[in-house]
Amino acid sequence: MKSLAELAAIREKMKDKVVLREGTGDVRVVVGMATCGIAAGARPVLNAFVEEVNKAGLAEKVTVSQTGCIGICQYEPVVEIFEADKEKVTYVKMTAEKAAEVVEKHLKGGQVITEYTITNA
Amino acid sequence: MKELSLNILDIAKNSVKAKADNIEIILTETEETLEIKIKDDGCGMTSEQVSSVMDPFFTTRTTRNVGMGIPLLKLAAEQTGGCVEIKSVSEKDDPANKGTVTSAKFCKNHLDFTPLGDVVSSITILIQGAPDIRWVYRHTTPYGDVELDTAELKEVLGDVPLDNYEVIKWIEEYLREGYESISYK
Repeated sequence: MKSLAELAAIREKMKDKVVLREGTGDVRVVVGMATCGIAAGARPVLNAFVEEVNKAGLAEKVTVSQTGCIGICQYEPVVEIFEADKEKVTYVKMTAEKAAEVVEKHLKGGQVITEYTITNA
Repeated sequence: MKELSLNILDIAKNSVKAKADNIEIILTETEETLEIKIKDDGCGMTSEQVSSVMDPFFTTRTTRNVGMGIPLLKLAAEQTGGCVEIKSVSEKDDPANKGTVTSAKFCKNHLDFTPLGDVVSSITILIQGAPDIRWVYRHTTPYGDVELDTAELKEVLGDVPLDNYEVIKWIEEYLREGYESISYK
């Protein structure tokens, strides 16, 4: 069974890492989670990003957050990726599988998957 | 919406948007009925606003002028013979008691009852998206209860934020184990 002792252990482990958090947030993954996004399947997409970013060891560099309606409801689930000094990338009609691919190729490999971006929707 | 847990995610987001410090999500279930109650201490709404959120052509968002959240919940409840009720106190009228309570009642045995679905996923996502809010989740069922209060977790976690990956995973597994332990289907 899960116990609060495990949380205390996480806290202990995090003690050394707190300083590192200063430099985080270089890359922001923002998932649209308004009514339109949720109805179109944004929940598994968000879960996949949280999971895959951590699995890829990118948790220090990439933050996954949620936003409201971006205004292109017909393309939901929509995911925007913001990177310092780079143009915003908007992925549309996302799925959990595509999210895993975006983490692998774009966030890890630096290659935008143009076939999932808005211009190709 | 394919699952009521998605409606819960959607409606609770309104409470986050209303800048609540405390949000309670209370599910009360019997063999025949399910009540979903979402209670917050956010900015609240005036009575005119409350009646307009029931209308699908009202919204607070600026990117589009149609708001479907409450109408979708209302549809899901009413198609089972249930109902939705919103009680709200606007910040402007009474700052000490501000906040909103949205409750939806469902008849579970009705043919058009939408299943609750993956409520653990919704609760986890809500906490991940707004880790500074105190979240209280309580699901009372005929088989037993599942409960979570993030204030208790914060006491143990200290400075570690609730949206830390390992903490989020702990919350998710804690809730899943809770449901398993009462053999909830």
